[in-house]
Amino acid sequence: MSNQIFVIVEHLKGNIEDITFEMLGKGKEIAGATGGELVAVLLGSGADDLAGQLGAAGKVIYVDDPQLAEYNPQAYCKAVSALVAANQPKMVLVGNTSMGMDIAGGVSVANNLPFIAYASGIANDGSTVTSSLYGGKMNVDSSPGGDGCVVSVIAGSFPADAGRVEGSPAVETASADIGDLSIRFKQLIEPEGGDVDITAQEILVSVGRGIQSDENLPMAEELAAKLGGAISCSRPIVDSKWLAKTRQVGKSGLKVKPKLYLALGISGAPEHIEGMKDADLIIAVNTDPKAPIFDYAHYGVVQDLFDFIPALSSKL
Amino acid sequence: MNIIVPIKQVPDLVEELEINSAGTDLDREWLKMKLNEFDDHALEEALLLKDEQGANVTAIALDGDDIDKALFAAAAKGADRLIKVTGVAGTSTHEAAKAMANVIQGLEYDLVMTGVQAVDDRDGQMAVLLAHYLGIPHVSVVTGVQVAGSSVTVHKEYGGGMVAEFEAATPLALGIQAARETPRYVPVAKVRRASRDANIEEMAAGDLGVDAGSTVAKMYKPETGAGAEMIDGSAEDQASKIIEILTQKGIK
Ligand SMILES: Cc1cc2nc3c(=O)[nH]c(=O)nc-3n(C[C@H](O)[C@H](O)[C@H](O)COP(=O)(O)OP(=O)(O)OC[C@H]3O[C@@H](n4cnc5c(N)ncnc54)[C@H](O)[C@@H]3O)c2cc1C
Ligand SMILES: Nc1ncnc2c1ncn2[C@@H]1O[C@H](COP(=O)(O)O)[C@@H](O)[C@H]1O
Repeated sequence: MSNQIFVIVEHLKGNIEDITFEMLGKGKEIAGATGGELVAVLLGSGADDLAGQLGAAGKVIYVDDPQLAEYNPQAYCKAVSALVAANQPKMVLVGNTSMGMDIAGGVSVANNLPFIAYASGIANDGSTVTSSLYGGKMNVDSSPGGDGCVVSVIAGSFPADAGRVEGSPAVETASADIGDLSIRFKQLIEPEGGDVDITAQEILVSVGRGIQSDENLPMAEELAAKLGGAISCSRPIVDSKWLAKTRQVGKSGLKVKPKLYLALGISGAPEHIEGMKDADLIIAVNTDPKAPIFDYAHYGVVQDLFDFIPALSSKL
Repeated sequence: MNIIVPIKQVPDLVEELEINSAGTDLDREWLKMKLNEFDDHALEEALLLKDEQGANVTAIALDGDDIDKALFAAAAKGADRLIKVTGVAGTSTHEAAKAMANVIQGLEYDLVMTGVQAVDDRDGQMAVLLAHYLGIPHVSVVTGVQVAGSSVTVHKEYGGGMVAEFEAATPLALGIQAARETPRYVPVAKVRRASRDANIEEMAAGDLGVDAGSTVAKMYKPETGAGAEMIDGSAEDQASKIIEILTQKGIK
C-alpha cells in the first residue's frame, strides 16, 4: 500500500463538480496529517486542461482515452479499478453522487477493498469515517482497517473552497486498458424548463411526503402565494407526479438558496439537505421532533402541517 | 426476457430508532420494517417491462424479518417467481451481494434490478457489488429502462434533473431510483391471497468468502436541534411567532 490519497475527479460538460473540490480540500488535510500524497485522478478525452484547476493535489494522474470522452459507468469502473490496482492508494475518495455510486462499489470489489459509503466526516488521520445513515437520523463511525479503502462522500460535507486551488500540479499520464464496452453513451437529456425557476425565488414553501396527497397541495400553494413565493418539494412528491421535476430540491433536483425556505413535512434526508442547506433562513415544520431537518433549520416547529398551514395563512 | 428484482425490508423511519446496548447497531427487537421504497420502484419498472413486452419477473430476497410478506406482496403485484436465500447471517453488503450472486448465477437472467440504495446501508449499494460478483456491467441511479430486442436503453439521472441515456447489452445490473410510473398499489386482500397461493422457493446462499473489511466503531444520533431554535405552543402561537420572525428579518 502506498501513502497516496486518491480523489476521483467528477466533471460534466467541461465543468469540474463541487464535490471534487470538497474531496480535494478534505484529502489535503488527510494527506497533510498522515504524510501522504494527494492525487487527483482525472479521466477523459482531451480534458487535460481541467488539471489547471486541481492545484490542491500534489499530482494529477490523467487518463486520456476516446472511450472516456463522455462519462460511462463501465469504462470508469474499469479505468479507476486499474489505477487503484497499480498504485495501491491508502484511501480512494469518490463522490456519493450519481457517478460515484457507479464507481465506488466496483473499485471496492475489483481490488478487494472495504467500501464505506455515505461519508459525512473523515478523521484527519484517516482512522475513522462517519457515515450518515437512516435518512440522516443516525451516524455510524467505521474503522477502515489498515490496507486501503474506498470512501464515498456525501456532497456538501466539506467546504469546496478549501480544495479550489488554481494551477496545475505535475500531470502524470497513464493508460487504462478499458477494452470492449457493452454500455454506450447515447446522449444527455437536459431538463425541461419549468413554469417557475425555483433557483431564482426568494421565498420557497417546500412540501414533502408529509403533505400526504396532491389534494392537499392547494393549501401549500395558497400559503406560498400569500408569502409572495413559489412552491418546491422533495423527491417523493415528484416521483408521485404531483409536481413537476423542476420543483424538486436536492441532489438530483435543484440547489436553491432563497431568503426563506419553509420546509413542510420534509424529513431532511441527506439527498434533500444537499439542495437547500445554504438558504438564508430555514424554518422546518414536522410532527417528528427527531426529524433530521431540525439539525439544519434555524427555527423548528413541531406541529401537524395541516394545523400549521391554515394558522399561518390566516395571519398573512 | 428474465428480470430479477432483489428486495429488502428496511426500518420504517417514521418510528423512533433506538441504539443497541453495544452502541454499534439499531436495537432491532421492536423495529417496524417496511419494503425499501426504491425496491417498490425497481419492481414497478420490471412489471412495466413485463406489461409492455412480456417478461418473467423473479423477486428474490435474503432471509430476514418480515421478508415472506414482502415477497408475497411482490407476487400480488405480478412477480412470477419468489425466491428466498437462506444461510446469510451478517449485515455486510458485500456478503449479501455475494450470496445473491451465488444464487442468481444459477438462474436465467437478462436484467438484475435492485433498488438504488437503502437507508441502513453503510458499506455500499448492492447493485454495483452484485454486478461485479456476477461479472456483468451495471448502471446506478436509473430512472427508466426500455428494451428493444437485446438492446436496453437506460436513463440515468445526474444532478439538476439532467439525464444521461445509455444503450447497453444484456446481461446488465441496474440500481433503480425511480420507475417510469408511480408504483402500483395492491390491496391487502390480494396479498393475503398470494400468501396462500404463491410459493416461496428456498435456495442456499453457498460460499460467501468475502469480507466487508471495515468494522463499526459506534452508532449515535447526530446532534438534534443543534441548529434550530424550537418554537413551542399551539399551531396558532407558533404561526404568530413565525410571523414575528419573518417581520423582523424583513421578509414579510
Ligand atoms: C440518488 C438519489 C437522489 C435523490 N435525490 C433527491 C433529491 O434531489 N431531493 C429529495 O428531496 N430527495 C432525494 N432523494 C430521496 C431522499 O433519499 C429521501 O427519500 C427524500 O428526500 C424523502 O422525502 P421527504 O422528506 O418528503 O419524505 P420522508 O422522508 O418520508 O419524510 C416525511 C416527513 O414528513 C413528516 N410528516 C408526516 N406527516 C406530517 C404532518 N401531518 N405534519 C408535519 N409533518 C409530517 C414526517 O415526520 C417525516 O419527517 C434521493 C435519493 C437518491 C437515492
Ligand atoms: N438482504 C437483501 N435482500 C435482497 N435484496 C437486497 C438485500 N440487500 C440489498 N438488496 C438490494 O439492493 C438494494 C440496495 O440496498 P443496499 O445495498 O442496502 O443499499 C435494495 O434496495 C435491494 O434491491
